[in-house]
Order: sequence, then C-alpha cells, then structure tokens
Amino acid sequence: MSATQTKPVAKDAEPIVALFERLEKEGALRNPSWVFPLRQAGLAKFAELGFPTLKDEDWRFTNVAALTKLPFKPVLQLHRHGLDAGAVEKFAFPNLGGSRLVFVDGHFALELSTLKPESGVKLTNLATALNSDFGLLEKHLGRYSNGERNPFTALNTAFFHDGALIHIAANASPSPIHLLFISTSRETGLASHPRNLVIAERGAQAVIVESYVSLDGKPTVTNTVTEAVIGENAHVEHIKFQDESAETFHLGSLHAEISRSANYLYHSIAAGARLSRTNLHTVFDGEGIECVLNGLYLVNGDRVADHFMVVDHAKPRCNSHEYFNGILDGKSKGVFAGRILVRPDAQKTDAKQTNKNLLLSDTATADTKPQLEIYADDVKCTHGATIGQLNDDSIFYLRARGIGLDKARRMLIHAFAGEIMDRIKCEPARKHLDETVWERLEQHAAVAVSK
Amino acid sequence: MPQPIIEIKNLHAGVEGKQILKGLTLTISPGEVHAIMGPNGSGKSTLAAVLAGKDGYDVTEGTVLFHGKDLLELDPEERAREGVFLAFQYPVEIPGVNSTYFLKAALNEIRKHQGQPELDAMEFLSFIKDKIKLLDLPESFLKRPVNEGFSGGEKKRNEIFQMAVLEPALAILDETDSGLDIDALRVVANGVNKLKRPDHAQLVITHYQRLLNFIVPDFVHVLTDGRIAKSGGKELALELEAKGYDWITKGELQPA
Repeated sequence: MSATQTKPVAKDAEPIVALFERLEKEGALRNPSWVFPLRQAGLAKFAELGFPTLKDEDWRFTNVAALTKLPFKPVLQLHRHGLDAGAVEKFAFPNLGGSRLVFVDGHFALELSTLKPESGVKLTNLATALNSDFGLLEKHLGRYSNGERNPFTALNTAFFHDGALIHIAANASPSPIHLLFISTSRETGLASHPRNLVIAERGAQAVIVESYVSLDGKPTVTNTVTEAVIGENAHVEHIKFQDESAETFHLGSLHAEISRSANYLYHSIAAGARLSRTNLHTVFDGEGIECVLNGLYLVNGDRVADHFMVVDHAKPRCNSHEYFNGILDGKSKGVFAGRILVRPDAQKTDAKQTNKNLLLSDTATADTKPQLEIYADDVKCTHGATIGQLNDDSIFYLRARGIGLDKARRMLIHAFAGEIMDRIKCEPARKHLDETVWERLEQHAAVAVSK
Repeated sequence: MPQPIIEIKNLHAGVEGKQILKGLTLTISPGEVHAIMGPNGSGKSTLAAVLAGKDGYDVTEGTVLFHGKDLLELDPEERAREGVFLAFQYPVEIPGVNSTYFLKAALNEIRKHQGQPELDAMEFLSFIKDKIKLLDLPESFLKRPVNEGFSGGEKKRNEIFQMAVLEPALAILDETDSGLDIDALRVVANGVNKLKRPDHAQLVITHYQRLLNFIVPDFVHVLTDGRIAKSGGKELALELEAKGYDWITKGELQPA
C-alpha cells in the first residue's frame, strides 16, 4: 500500500526514501496513526519530484546542489546542546509581551519557553497536540500545503515531528506570540523540519512572530512549513524573521488560506543563511480580503536569498500587495518570483507587486520574475521591478549639507530597508527588527566601508 | 579690508571634456550680495556645481580660496562644514530619510566641525522653531521624508529653510526663482533677505531679473561663454531685462 512503490523514485531522492524506511522501522514516524498516511504521501511526492534543479522553472535561479549533498540527519529528540535561558534571551524580541515557544533543532523546549496562558488562545507544541487534539489537527494539518509541487514542503510533511499549534478563538485578541526556532548547528548535515499550524477564527486579532536563528557552527538544514487558516474578518499580522548562520540552508514555506473580509499582513525578513528559499502561497477564499506580503532580504558574500510566491485570487473584490526589497552585496544573489493568479470569478481584484533591488557591489546579481495570470476582465493588476545602485544625486545632496559619504550611504541604505520595515505594525517587533537588520547591514562590507 | 569670503581666480572648468568656465574671476566679501546673470549655457550652474564640489566636473586651471583655504581640494561635505551652501535648482527627493533626522545630522556635522556642541533632539527642535516660521512652512513637513511629494515651491522654500538652519558663510542660490509663482517667490526672497548678515554673503544665480526685485544685489555680473563679461551695480540687472543679453555677447567685451 505504500505510495512510494507505485511511482519511480527520483535518483537523488533514494537516500531520503531509505532514511524514511529506516525511521519507520524504528517507530519514529508511526504516531499517531492517522498522521502516517500523510507522511507517506509527503514522501511519495518527494520521491517523485526529487531535489529541484535549475531545469525546474520554479527553481531556475537558485541552485540547491550543495544542499542535496548533505545527509539530512534527523534530530530525533530534544538536545539542548548547553542552551540555557540566558543564551536564549539574546534571540528574544523585547517588549513583545506574550508567550514565547522555543524549539531547539525543531523540538519544543518547555524549560526555555515562556508560556502566559490567556483566554481565547490555545498554544501548544505540535508533538503534544498530536496526542490530544486529533480533531483540530486532522481537519487542518496538511490540508493547505499538500497541493503544492514543492519537494521541500513534501519532505517536511514526511519527516516533521514538532512545531507550534496556535488556535485563536473567535474575536479573541491575545498578546503577540513568538515562536523561536534555534538550530544548534552542532553536527554537519542535521536537518530539522518544524511544522506550524496557525488557526485564527472569525474576528480574531493576532500578531505571530516566527524567528529562525542558529548558533554558529556547521552546515545544517532548516526546512519549515507553516499553514495558516485566517477566519472571516480576522486581522492577523504574521512576521517571519530568518537570521540563521551563513552556513545554514533555510527552506521555508507558508500556506495561508484566508476567508472573507480578513486582513492578513505577512512580513518575511531574510537576513541570514547561506541559501534561503521562502515560498509563500496565499489563497483568497472569500470576498473583501486585504492581504499584504512584505519582505526584505539582505545578502552578502556568496549567499543567496530567494522569495517565491503565488497569490491566488479565487474570489472577487480582494486586494493584494507584494512589496519586496533586496539589498545585495559582494557576489550575492537575490531572487524574487511573484505569481499573481486571478481566477475567472475574481472580478474587481486589485493586485499590486513591487520588487526593488539595491546592488551595493558590481558583482551582486538580482533575478526578478513577475508573473501575472489573469482570467477575469474587470481587474487592476500592476507590477514593477527595479535593480539599481545608490542614487548619486541623493548622495551629493546629503554631502552638500555636510553629511559625510559613509553616513550618506548609510542613510540611503537604511531608508531603502525602512520602506519595508515601516509596514510592520507591531511596534516592539518593528523596533527590534529595525535594529537587528541594521546590525546585519553594518556587517556588510559595502555598508561599513565607503567605496 | 576684511578677508574676502571667497576669491575665485581665473577658473577654468568643464564636464566630460567640454570646457564651460573659461577664466572666471570673482571676489565676494562679507556682507555682500552678488548676482550672476547670464543666458542659458553660459556656465551659471556649472559654477554652482564646481563650488559645491559635485562629481564629474574637472577644474583645469585657476584657484578658489574660501576664507583663505583652497576650496577645490575639499570634499563636498567638508565644503559644507566650512560654510558653503548650495540651494539646489532641483532639490532631490529622498524617500525614507526623515527631514528632521536629516537636518539635525547636517547641522551637527557642521557644529562639530566648527567646535560647537552638538544639539540633542529637544534643543534642535527649539532651534528650528522660528526658522520654520520664517519660510511659512507647515511644521508637519519636518515629519515627512526629505522633499518627498513636495510641490516645486515647497522644495525651494525647504532649501532656504535649510540655509536658515545651517547658517552658511556663503549661500549660493542656483536659479532659486525657477518654477516659482510670484507669491512663492516673495516668500523665498523674503526669507533670504532676513538671513543677510554682515559676516555672511550670498551669491544669487539667475536667468531672469525678476528675482532681483526682491533680493537686491550689491553687485551684478553678466556671465557669457564661461567668463564674466560685465559687472556693475543693481541697475545693470534692469538694463539686461530691457535689452537682453545680446548687446553684451555681441558688443565689445570688457574683461571683469
């Protein structure tokens, strides 16, 4: 009955299939029983697709060859690797005020977490929930991500063991919730597959922060999937901050299904990782939705940051905006692909997309690929992309007022990042991210040193 | 005689190999207002750009002393800190850079250079309070990004507002009248006049005489083909308005 036997297995997927079979025998993937078919389906899809190559249209700018050579060693249980509350504190978002769930190499670490019970919100880790919340999880888990032809999402579905479950009751408005994922990077090739499910019921208001960090160390893989179900008239601000070490491979996907009149504001700040790929997939399943996908990526050296998104206007009268800015230094590469799909029923759609790239060196590259697919006739859809360097006239204007060249450049770079950061509504999160992003930028050679 | 603020001698300069200034000589002393007039292409804006230190201009001959120092060897920001101010003909919009933050940074760079203590946020706000009234600008513009979304008139008023805050020894106004209606022109000129100081000077660059009805110069110079062809008092501007530039460019040249 195993789906893996019915279709040919992509050659580079063989070690992963073997790993799955071994873990299954050891009993690591069997509980609870209703999850196992989900895992098998994930593995089957991965076995069919294999790792992506530059020949795959969705991956043609991002080469993951280095990643596929890693052994994807599973982390089967919590290993704190000496992390204590003090060490975790430096990854905190000050003044956020709500609960913080901490995960180490993908496993929930209760003793490092801060749980503040609030009415109207159920907040727990997935491994615990799998043994108690069958109904809720069975209804939602994998339902939003499974349609995708993304091998990494399939891989996550096959191997996930923990993550967060956030359930916000109708009309509840809890304090901001922080999910902190720490990769210990203690051994080359470790792979963790965090899996999160966010359910905001009708009229709920919430701020959710997912941050991914790593301790300096060896090349490892973080492959995370978040499914979000945004109920009618809910207002959700969802922030993802990826700040992993320059040795880490980060793959992340968001699958959001949004209901009528909801307001969904998603930010993706990609500051770290050797290679990061962020897939965003939002489906508008009702009228009158406002959705903003807002992102900033910073890369230097030979690092790569890739954002890939599909905004699916399935229903009429929805507004969507994507704003993505990239700051690229050294020989780095920024990739943006944004597909807006306006289905035949989705009249009165207003969809806008902007991707701006600031090149701080002559050797950085930016690839940008807008893609509008419009099957309705009464819609407004625009897109724009720019790739450029700092504006000489602006620099001269600032210098002519007494501001030095270094500071003038910094002001302009900060302003470019600020266009994105200013859209973060949750003030403590914005303030912290603004400072952290600036610290990262100061580490980039072209920012710290004048031309 | 007090030391001149600026002494430009035999200045030759050009851009991309094209010679534009061809031996310009001009001395400006404290308390004076000089106007430079001239037809399009005579080198007016090149002079402004060369004095402010804009990239891309090559000085091939001549000297410029500012308070006795060689101005041409300084970077643009060093010139500004020494007291050179250029009011831009086309002020640049800088999205994302807050006006207050920008101007406070500029003022503190200049104060630091001149050995004065830097101002903190509160001190800065009280320092600029009266100056913003002088130019009839709404206080809200301080919260906006530099020049972003400003009308042409607001941009020019903002230039003069910056001049009021930075208190330069030499203000160079590059076609500040261009694109202004008469009311806006009056506000701008009025601001400039109130900023006159016995120890400071102003160099007004303009194509039209109109501005000089409001900012009355002590000296008027006519720039043609990269050189000052004629100098005189304020009445020269009226003569130019009546007769145009042709009688100078085609008539007998008298070296300045």
